[in-house]
Amino acid sequence: MSDATSQKIPVTVLTGYLGAGKTTLLNRILSENHGKKYAVIVNEFGEIGIDNDLIIGADEEVFEMNNGCICCTVRGDLVRIMDGLMKRKGKFDAIIVETTGLADPAPVAQTFFVDEDVQKNARLDAVVTVADAKWLSDRLKDAPEAKNQIAFADVIVLNKTDLVNKGELAEVEARIRGINPYAKLHRTERCAVALADVLDRGAFDLDRILDIEPDFLEADDHDHDHDHHHHHGHDHHHHDHGHGLKHYHDEEMQSLSLKTDKPLDPNVFMPWLQNLVQVEGGKILRSKGILAFLDDDDRYVFQGVHMMLEGNHQRKWKEGEPRESRLVFIGRELPEEAIRKGFESCIVS
Amino acid sequence: MKEFTPAPESASIVSVTDRVQPIALGMAVTSVHFLKDRAAFVGGEENVAFVDANCEITTVAVHSGGILSTASDGKRLVMGGDDGKVVSIDAKGEVTLLATDPKRRWIDAVALHADGAFAWSAGKTATVKSGKAEEKSIDVPSTVGGLAFAPKGLRLAIAHYNGVTLWFPNMAGSAEFLPWAGSHHAVTFSPDNKFLVTAMHEPALHGWRLADNRHMRMTGYPGRVRSMSWSAGGKGLATSGADTVIIWPFGSKDGPMGKEPAMLAPLQARVSAVACHPKNDILAAGYSDGTVLMVRLEDGAEILVRRNGTPPVAAIAWNAKGTLLAFADENGDGGLLEL
Repeated sequence: MSDATSQKIPVTVLTGYLGAGKTTLLNRILSENHGKKYAVIVNEFGEIGIDNDLIIGADEEVFEMNNGCICCTVRGDLVRIMDGLMKRKGKFDAIIVETTGLADPAPVAQTFFVDEDVQKNARLDAVVTVADAKWLSDRLKDAPEAKNQIAFADVIVLNKTDLVNKGELAEVEARIRGINPYAKLHRTERCAVALADVLDRGAFDLDRILDIEPDFLEADDHDHDHDHHHHHGHDHHHHDHGHGLKHYHDEEMQSLSLKTDKPLDPNVFMPWLQNLVQVEGGKILRSKGILAFLDDDDRYVFQGVHMMLEGNHQRKWKEGEPRESRLVFIGRELPEEAIRKGFESCIVS
Repeated sequence: MKEFTPAPESASIVSVTDRVQPIALGMAVTSVHFLKDRAAFVGGEENVAFVDANCEITTVAVHSGGILSTASDGKRLVMGGDDGKVVSIDAKGEVTLLATDPKRRWIDAVALHADGAFAWSAGKTATVKSGKAEEKSIDVPSTVGGLAFAPKGLRLAIAHYNGVTLWFPNMAGSAEFLPWAGSHHAVTFSPDNKFLVTAMHEPALHGWRLADNRHMRMTGYPGRVRSMSWSAGGKGLATSGADTVIIWPFGSKDGPMGKEPAMLAPLQARVSAVACHPKNDILAAGYSDGTVLMVRLEDGAEILVRRNGTPPVAAIAWNAKGTLLAFADENGDGGLLEL
């Protein structure tokens, strides 16, 4: 992590549908003996059982930006609160933003991309979604907010696992993976999760896109199978892959992974990606990629939220390291064929 | 990255850096105001530091937490804090508690009227207290971004999301809404009461001509405008946010409509704070690299007050007579210049 990045205050966004256990997790984080001080931005006072003079009540105010970008919304209240908190720099080590159960995480995340002053002082660390093992499957059917929160997550705390049996647990996990195979998933009772698993994840840090590669790789097998099924016209219902894990394909929200071991032409790829997020950014919730460009000895990494992208050269490709490009999109009704075709046109043959 | 060594100071720029009395406040500073002839530097949290002509520093505790908003009329300084309190401090350093939010919400904005009335906001509610009259409150559709009293009459401008609400606290049902899409923060009336200007969340100002509510868009800034100052007589509005001081012309009845702003004192750094001289056509500007310049509005002639090489200048102000200039950077290193 670069110095400039590490000096910025990390911000963890805590989401989860009503009753999933967000406040339980928050209380756990605050009461644990970690020697750190958190500024906590909450929507309802009084639920937190810890004395902390840096608990700030917020009204979620989602503002549209006048920059011609239709899906570009920010949390206006956060802009203001971050401004105020920066006057007390040094009094806290990290910030936790708890959203309401019905909130879309995107405006929160976008606040940290769009606002220059916020960006100067703070960095988004990860979106942590608390999910209720017993009720999530139902909510994924009837609550678009719950699906959004799962799709957006970097870390999913699957809570209340004591209230379901093994089969139900496998079912809900498969449903989560059908939407978002890339998030780190932790099964918990009463949100008992190691703090290191939810805090300081660096999920939005370009330099640490490397760190999430195990998920990448693990997920890749899954996607490979998925492709296979697609090519054979699978029926969009759950189907068994023969290794005991159910797989669901969510009709609405999917992830799409692309891979090639041939180099990409940056002069074709960059405009394609820019255009893709401009046109389809409303559907694309998250995107990430590690890229190998033609005649370029550096890995290029990028990540994005809806229409916002950030990318940079990360480091030299190591000797013997396969120069593969991998991209992941998570989104709603992704135009899969068009994306695949577009990506293929960027490959130097 | 290689260290950048600036060329020796060119002979063409007049420097008064040797006449500046340095001040080390030892605290983060967000603004400065003169109360009579003492400079009152407002800290990021808890304290106000008075600096007198001999550069003696006296620190006074005003809030138990962050100081979020300030306003001054030259006699006293009103502040809102994240402790939910509105307090004032006068030139003698006497602190008075003016109001407390019952829910201890942050006091995001304050304003002070020439006749002594004051206003503050917490969340979506703006409240005015005028003399012995009861407090009067109004709720606007979203959190208040900024407050300003009109120069004439008891009228309050309340900036919020998608516009500004203009309100006569003493007239029931008098609120008027001036719409403009986007999030409006700081708000200011022109001294002649003809124009209202807001600094928006995006890098732009928006203005209204109050006679007919005609819109004035003032755009082109690379960064958000955080500092605005009316020039002597209200002929121009000087602003931060670009790598030159941007001054919008308000001398004619059409204001800046269809006109280009003056762009003075360009540097390789952003203007972070501006203060127009109260009597003459001169302004002082602080930059993100720590530079402080005095600039003549007529021809843009510059005088160097402070060299670059520090954190951004956060606070800059003249005393009412225009004989003293005070400034400080974000870390609280500043200076006092007697003219």
